[in-house]
Amino acid sequence: MQRIGVFVCHCGTNIAGTVDVKRVVEAVKKEPGVVYAEDYQYMCSEAGQQKIADAVKNEHLTGIVICSCSPRMHEGTFRKAAEKAGLNPYLVEIANIREQCSWIHKDMEEGTEKAVILARAAIAKVMLNAPLQPGESRVVKRALVIGGGIAGIQTALDIADAGYEVDIVEKTPSIGGRMSQLDKTFPTLDCSSCILTPKMGEVNAHEKINIYTYSEVEKVSGFVGDFSVDIRKKARYVDMDKCTGCGLCQEKCPSRKTPNEFNRGLNTRPAIYTPFAQAVPNVPVIDTEACIKFKTGKCGVCSKVCAAGAIDYTQKDEIITREYGAIVVATGFDTINLDKFDEYYYNQSKDVITALELERLMNAAGPTGGNVVRLSNGEHPKNIVFIQCVGSRDVTCRGKSYCSKICCMYTAKQAMLLKDHYPDVDVHVFYIDVRTPGKNFDEFYRRAVEEYDVDYIKGQVGKVSEAENGRLLVQGVDLIDNRQIKMEADLVVLATAIEPNKDVRKIATMLTASIDNNNFLTEAHPKLRPVESPTAGIFLSGVCQGPKDIPETVAQAGAAAIKVVGLLAKDKLVTNPCTAQSNPLFCNGCSACEKVCPYGAISYEEQQVMDGGVRENRRVAVVNSALCQGCGACTVACPSGAMDLKGFSNRQILAEVDAICR
Amino acid sequence: MSADAKLAQQIREISGVDTRKCMKCGRCSASCPAYNEMDIRPHQFVSYVQNGNVEALMNSKSIWKCLSCFACVERCPRDVKPAKVIEAVRLSVIRQRGENFLSPDEIPALLDDETPQQLLASAYRKYRK
Repeated sequence: MQRIGVFVCHCGTNIAGTVDVKRVVEAVKKEPGVVYAEDYQYMCSEAGQQKIADAVKNEHLTGIVICSCSPRMHEGTFRKAAEKAGLNPYLVEIANIREQCSWIHKDMEEGTEKAVILARAAIAKVMLNAPLQPGESRVVKRALVIGGGIAGIQTALDIADAGYEVDIVEKTPSIGGRMSQLDKTFPTLDCSSCILTPKMGEVNAHEKINIYTYSEVEKVSGFVGDFSVDIRKKARYVDMDKCTGCGLCQEKCPSRKTPNEFNRGLNTRPAIYTPFAQAVPNVPVIDTEACIKFKTGKCGVCSKVCAAGAIDYTQKDEIITREYGAIVVATGFDTINLDKFDEYYYNQSKDVITALELERLMNAAGPTGGNVVRLSNGEHPKNIVFIQCVGSRDVTCRGKSYCSKICCMYTAKQAMLLKDHYPDVDVHVFYIDVRTPGKNFDEFYRRAVEEYDVDYIKGQVGKVSEAENGRLLVQGVDLIDNRQIKMEADLVVLATAIEPNKDVRKIATMLTASIDNNNFLTEAHPKLRPVESPTAGIFLSGVCQGPKDIPETVAQAGAAAIKVVGLLAKDKLVTNPCTAQSNPLFCNGCSACEKVCPYGAISYEEQQVMDGGVRENRRVAVVNSALCQGCGACTVACPSGAMDLKGFSNRQILAEVDAICR
Repeated sequence: MSADAKLAQQIREISGVDTRKCMKCGRCSASCPAYNEMDIRPHQFVSYVQNGNVEALMNSKSIWKCLSCFACVERCPRDVKPAKVIEAVRLSVIRQRGENFLSPDEIPALLDDETPQQLLASAYRKYRK
């Protein structure tokens, strides 16, 4: 005989404001099998959990239903409470009367009626629950970090310093990421390279960190604690062990017309190259699309000048397979393509540049040696116009609906540095709002206005075109003075919206990690679990999760690292016992389940089956419960009803439906 | 509902514009080629309707100066469509007051080879059909 206890949570007024919890308690008391029911203000609190424990003991409960928030929120809490009281944790069911009821209804009558129905369904289900025993799975004590920018570097360092092995996979020939392209950082004006390159060196020298540059993640299988990852190490055509990094090959290479990616295409680079002088590792790669040797078979200059004999034109891509306990995504961002923003004249004029391009122009190691010049004629600009929110806060198909967050601050920085280096220039900033939340941020922006005389104009630019004298003509509006402005400018700088790295979709799919409409990776909980993906074992670091500046990225990178360390510190993980199982008597061997399983957990084997007294050999489905994640896709695909999910059996689901329809 | 509020509601309905979507960036007025001819500017049309101050718009000469080039619609990052508000006010004036800025007979005399087609299209929006 089942003895079910039902606990109805008020969740303050979250539930009790729209659901008459007392009436729910009275209604569920009449349900068959229910021997105990009560309501309490916060079931999840210590006192609430004690009520559950007491009832389990005093009423000898065989199953409990908690009418509360989503199971995603507190199922774990209540299972633990039940276990402590001596009840199998899988004999707990949650009726979600908050997200699925009180929050979406306004009417007390309707809300209460629905809450009773949801409770009834959960009671019907729990009557059929079986006590389940979780299994164990191993934890591989090594982490993978995808992306070698400041986010990936900091995460790797923090994990490695805690004593665990870390591999960094970086797509480009060097780690460093966007931060290595920046000149100075706000609001302290530290030289970006000066604070980044020591970290790059530290990563390189760390005995627990292994860096795969010029490499990409190709395939991911497995699950939390036990991932298997294929990494494609692209052929560098340079032997990493032999190369001394002298740079002679880059100097002598006759192919010099490829746009330099690191300098955002503002100058060119040779076919054999390292992205920048402080690259880690300091070993060049050959770009086969630009290399004369690869294109025509004739050349080989790099090979001739290399004293170390490191050039190897026969190298092939290599696939290496490694096992990891945890994976951190730190894939970063890029600026959006400006093809749809013709009015800013970006594709037409060399003197209209993005802010990231200006970083390269201002940088002493940049294409102009730190001289800010008009790229059209090499002259110093006298009048410079900054345009904010280019593609940010734009809900049309042209832009991004979100605020890119970093632009207000880097614009203030660039404006101030320009005024500092070139006191004779005039700098104007067209803005919608200046957003400077952050320590010493607003003070920094005000310095640009009050000390450096940067002209902030509340309004936007409608059009940039070319004036007859070859300068740029900027047409904008000053909303405070209510006048349209037409001014000539020598340089226009666009605060271009940022977006997640293009490859993130591919990576998220491999990891079965969810992403939002803007391709930012979704966190497990926006407030309480901001560095974890909803997919167990996957963690988020840096701008791949949402726009953020360097200090925020570093803080998040550390947070992701401690989560990884927390996982790797465990010797065993408790596995979810709610896995699928197949009844060989019903299985018709159709393979439908095998095809839909996203985890490769189902295989087929020959088994001897006793069916109606007849012994015969049949090809039947077998579930590997270590791999099964309990998604239930197979139970839906199975045409013969052989496949069933423990804890969510077909009988249980139908019992719920029956209870709802009663 | 006051007469002004009613009129504002009517402008919203005719134009299909949700004035609340405006984030006051001013890109409409920054793009407008007729800006200097206008007494009330494109971005103000949106905020006047939002604030129910439509009488001022009905008396504005801007509705006759708008070229219907739709640059403001094209460049608005919030999809507000200020030109549609101007158009709605103009239609209200033409319908309610029977005011005409032009009559069809006058148009041929105004044409020359330099006149863009768009101006012609715009002109036909400014008389009672």
